[in-house]
Amino acid sequence: MSLLELDDVKVHFPVKKGVLFDRTVGHVYAVDGISLSVSAGQTYGLVGESGCGKTTLGRAVLRLVDITDGEVVFDGTDLAKLPEEEMRRFRRRLQMVFQDPLGSLNPRQNIESILSEGMAAHGIGANQEERREKIKAILTRVGLPANALSRYPHEFSGGQRQRIGIARALVLEPDVIICDEPVSALDVSIQAQVINLLEELQEQLGLTYLVIAHDLAVVRHISDVIGVMYLGSLVEEAPSDALYASPRHPYTKALMSAVPVPDPDIEDRRERILLRGDLPSPADPPAGCRFHTRCPWAQPGKCATERPGLTDLGDGHKVACHFAKEIEDGTVQRGDES
Amino acid sequence: MPLLTVDELTVTFGGRGRTPSTAVDGVSFTVDQGQVVGLVGESGCGKSVTSLALMGLLPSKGVAIGGRADFEGEDLLALSPKRIRDMRGSQLAMIFQDPLSSLNPVVPIGVQVTEILQRHRGMKGEAARKEAAHLLDRVGIPDPTRRLKEYPHQLSGGMRQRALIAMAVACAPRLLIADEPTTALDVTIQAQILELLKELVDEEGTALLMITHDLGVVAGLCDQVNVLYAGRAVESADRRELFAHPTHPYAHGLLGSIPRLDAPRGEPLSPIRGSINDKIAWADGCAFAPRCDHYTMGCLTGTPELTAPRTEGHLVRCVNPVLPQNSAEDSDGAEDSDGAEDSDGAEDAEKEVPA
Repeated sequence: MSLLELDDVKVHFPVKKGVLFDRTVGHVYAVDGISLSVSAGQTYGLVGESGCGKTTLGRAVLRLVDITDGEVVFDGTDLAKLPEEEMRRFRRRLQMVFQDPLGSLNPRQNIESILSEGMAAHGIGANQEERREKIKAILTRVGLPANALSRYPHEFSGGQRQRIGIARALVLEPDVIICDEPVSALDVSIQAQVINLLEELQEQLGLTYLVIAHDLAVVRHISDVIGVMYLGSLVEEAPSDALYASPRHPYTKALMSAVPVPDPDIEDRRERILLRGDLPSPADPPAGCRFHTRCPWAQPGKCATERPGLTDLGDGHKVACHFAKEIEDGTVQRGDES
Repeated sequence: MPLLTVDELTVTFGGRGRTPSTAVDGVSFTVDQGQVVGLVGESGCGKSVTSLALMGLLPSKGVAIGGRADFEGEDLLALSPKRIRDMRGSQLAMIFQDPLSSLNPVVPIGVQVTEILQRHRGMKGEAARKEAAHLLDRVGIPDPTRRLKEYPHQLSGGMRQRALIAMAVACAPRLLIADEPTTALDVTIQAQILELLKELVDEEGTALLMITHDLGVVAGLCDQVNVLYAGRAVESADRRELFAHPTHPYAHGLLGSIPRLDAPRGEPLSPIRGSINDKIAWADGCAFAPRCDHYTMGCLTGTPELTAPRTEGHLVRCVNPVLPQNSAEDSDGAEDSDGAEDSDGAEDAEKEVPA
């Protein structure tokens, strides 16, 4: 059963110009028609490079940015159309862990104050005494000492701060936690600690995660299902193992081949699919398939005019490419090889 | 004879009235002609400070630099400011992590590139502009003559890094130092830049000192790898040897804590406990001991020496290195590893070695 379901979600930011009167001169198509569903107790990983709209999508689920169009159905309720006050109450069940652990903690609040603020707002715990007990239990759970309560964010290391961020989400007993780049600001040895903690918590508390990250290896490690985003839309979605074993979209193939693996033998043998140029501007996305301007397999005709939708290839492996099958069969050749 | 020999480099910060803090604590390594040498480590291990010290970019006040860095017969650490200015850009060049803040935002790219050509190669006017366009073209920037007139903010992140590389290779330096050159970039752009660096090294014979935290980048690019921890090299080996047999518990733990795209899923990672703040001074013992699973009392009796417990040329600074069970039969390895025999930790160490 899916707990969180997104249907054709769009987030467009207007581009304004003018001194006295703001005229809208165009839109940035940050998220442009994304449908996905996250099952209860599962982890859905969203990967993509900077500017692909993955963070905006995560924020849109919590309505931290306005949704232009589409539905975000959480446990049977469409969040996109909820009045602000009701949405506020729903946010207890949908929490977020941010990328920058220092920037997302108020430097002037101590840990007890940071963690109890949300609880008080949502009416959890009858008094501060009760809340403190609960916070202590959660702190132990995320691996922080109990004396952390009276200390301030700057007294902690990066990894510990991220644990505080996770504790802040946990004290509200959420169903879904949206993790936006939860480990990318941390050192490798600390990354592993936080990843293991997230996995443990999921097992113990039955949490559902939407993990947003650019690091394919991290996402693959923790996710059950992975969606690959490019310029505001999903280009491929598949169970984690299937995506790695047989990436079908040219962009996913290129992305996989670009991730450095700490093994010299693999590095020497691998054939890199180097993409030409940079990401096009999301304010002026290419017509047709968004990826055709950089795609090594792009074909004349259809690719430049018709936008491919996600089609199911079986076993939940979905891909948005006109020639996915032909590329697999080898009947369509890479342009840069000939 | 190596191109660059760094011997016991130490850098200590702290002016009058402040507690001195040692960022680099006796780093030694060599770089041969045309070789790619990696300095790997996490934040705070002293890898960037090492590169700044070599380039003479540390402030003269409040910093104490010790040791030697021999580069073509001269000690880089003892050069006069004028001499190091002449060397920088011509024989030594550096690429920084953040291409936007290393470029002057109010000066067009073209002026910034020609400035180097004027300063070091005495080129002027049209000739300098032509050479600048040629350089941009060389590093894969399309339409170079137009780009020369543009400002840094008009270029994408990958383009800016290419422009910086163009400036760095403008005078065909003998040694190029790259400090996290791809960390700020997306992975597909990172792949492009790494490919470009490889090409430059192969074609121009430039030696490259690659400073990074990403072991994946090291695996693909470097010939020789030095792993740094708390300001000191703890392991140094050929890249194949290092990745096949990480022997220092830190290097071993680091490789075990990275999720890998090619590994089977579902197994929890094995992180290193604690954080870099839990260290002791190298003078008292091994700085990694508080986080180490193989820690014994032997770790606290002074700085561990670099030994070669496994093979010649694979240097490890540890008294309880991670060695396979058959290390006693391993003839050339066993003789050097006298430290491993008298310790209880060796048994634990042996269990953890992957097959």
